[in-house]
Amino acid sequence: MSIVLEHVNYIYGEDTPLALRALNDICLTIPDGQFVGVIGHTGSGKSTLMQHLNGLIKATEGHIYFNGEDIYQKDYDMKKLRSKVGLVFQYPEHQLFEIDVFTDVCFGPKNLGLDKEEVKRRATDALKKVGLGEEFFYQSPFELSGGQKRRAAIAGVLAMQPQVLILDEPTAGLDPRGRDDILKQIKQLQTQTGMTILLVSHSMEDVAEYVDRIIVMNKGSVMFDDVPKKVFQHYKELEEVGLAAPQVTYIMHALKEKGLDVDVNATTIHEAAEEILRALKG
Amino acid sequence: MGIIEARDVVYEYVRRDEEGNVEGVTKAVNDVSLDIKQGDFIAILGHNGSGKSTLAKHMNAILNPTEGTIWVDGMDTNEEENVWNIRQTAGMVFQNPDNQIIGQVVEEDVGFGPENMGVPTKEIWERVEESLKAVGMYQFRKHSPNKLSGGQKQRVSIAGVLAMHPKCIVLDEPTAMLDPSGRKEVIRAVRGLNQVEGVTVVLITHYMEEIIHADRVFVMDQGKIAMEGTPREIFSQVEKLKSLRLDVPQVTLLAYELKKQGIPLPDGILTTDELIRALGLE
Repeated sequence: MSIVLEHVNYIYGEDTPLALRALNDICLTIPDGQFVGVIGHTGSGKSTLMQHLNGLIKATEGHIYFNGEDIYQKDYDMKKLRSKVGLVFQYPEHQLFEIDVFTDVCFGPKNLGLDKEEVKRRATDALKKVGLGEEFFYQSPFELSGGQKRRAAIAGVLAMQPQVLILDEPTAGLDPRGRDDILKQIKQLQTQTGMTILLVSHSMEDVAEYVDRIIVMNKGSVMFDDVPKKVFQHYKELEEVGLAAPQVTYIMHALKEKGLDVDVNATTIHEAAEEILRALKG
Repeated sequence: MGIIEARDVVYEYVRRDEEGNVEGVTKAVNDVSLDIKQGDFIAILGHNGSGKSTLAKHMNAILNPTEGTIWVDGMDTNEEENVWNIRQTAGMVFQNPDNQIIGQVVEEDVGFGPENMGVPTKEIWERVEESLKAVGMYQFRKHSPNKLSGGQKQRVSIAGVLAMHPKCIVLDEPTAMLDPSGRKEVIRAVRGLNQVEGVTVVLITHYMEEIIHADRVFVMDQGKIAMEGTPREIFSQVEKLKSLRLDVPQVTLLAYELKKQGIPLPDGILTTDELIRALGLE
């Protein structure tokens, strides 16, 4: 049970003068239950890659296996794939449209052809998972705050009960607390339900705090693929491709330069504080 | 009187049900008074729904106050005949660069504003050149805006406002959709405008580290100004900011955590250099 990509290539406008290679020989294995961060500058191919995973874009070359089955084989049920791999686009609240929050979240499971009771059960469950209580169920989605709207939209995808959840910058434009709330809930989903999560983000601090593994995309290729600490050791190379390490990593490097004997690989505030305390006492 | 002065400003949204009956009134801006001096770098913080964007939209007469008065360079925004001059005095830059660029070529896009103002052709070209140079985009003047990165597009948007020779620029979350290097580029350009060109800047953001160089910070909550002070005064109050759903820069938070663990450090450390000095490492 996993997602496997074998030599995936994608060319926009193949056989035209405007052909543009967006993905270049991508080989990846994403095991069940992993929390993966995907980073890369604008145009690095990360969104194109994500859209391959639920079949919205078909690779020009290569194979993608979901739970051992080749999704490009004849008769493969793409509709089922899309119910198993949920994709939350950027600014998903722009896709809210129903009269109240509960009806909006019901839309997905209803389209799966489930019976009424099951649809209601799933919607209730999904809203609970994103932290929207019953007091929100019958409000218009347009009257919610930015963070609440975003959570309602994520619930709409969760109600499909996907095995894999892909989120494209779920915290863009949210205030710091809204950002933390959503990321904590996503982390909880992963630990409690064993769902695989792919998080596309421009915030190195968020990625460092929450994910098990980071995939760095650059010019359509995988540049680094490792645990956060190892990836952020390459901060100079990351800067060259428009990225960075978390700010706290730079602070640790500066302290080390000034003679404080700290481990420079701390990527969260908590780790950094512990490391500085240890060095000051030692 | 400063470049922007607000006195007892109230802005009410009327909420209506589906039949159009009035359900209630929300005060998005509730009795705000402030005075911004020419040449200042002002930051406005606040959670989603705190009223900061609504307030910003009053600064170039996109919205008019329900009660109270706003003067932009001495012009009352309630007076219909001032609107044109106010919008030339206070330019506005929004979150999504793709919604603000209209030209096929960068220099054409930047020339759009002064052209509409009836500036003579020769002077338009001079203004386009100086504006693009001010944001570091001159070498891209012949490019198509579609091919630029997010940070580059946003700098073109800023150049477009700059070409109208405003005394003040209001930026509403200009970096929310950008990758780390794009964010850095935009903030560097904005600081340059303020320090070199003397343009008054009002920056709204959710990224705390972008405003450590501001002259003054306003924090909004429930339509009111909840806090006001220098970045150091504001970021010294970690718990209060958190209760307002906000945050502090990572280095400030790290120093705060170390202080809680008994390391003697002052409140409101804003840069890595300050932390190094405070730890006695120099």
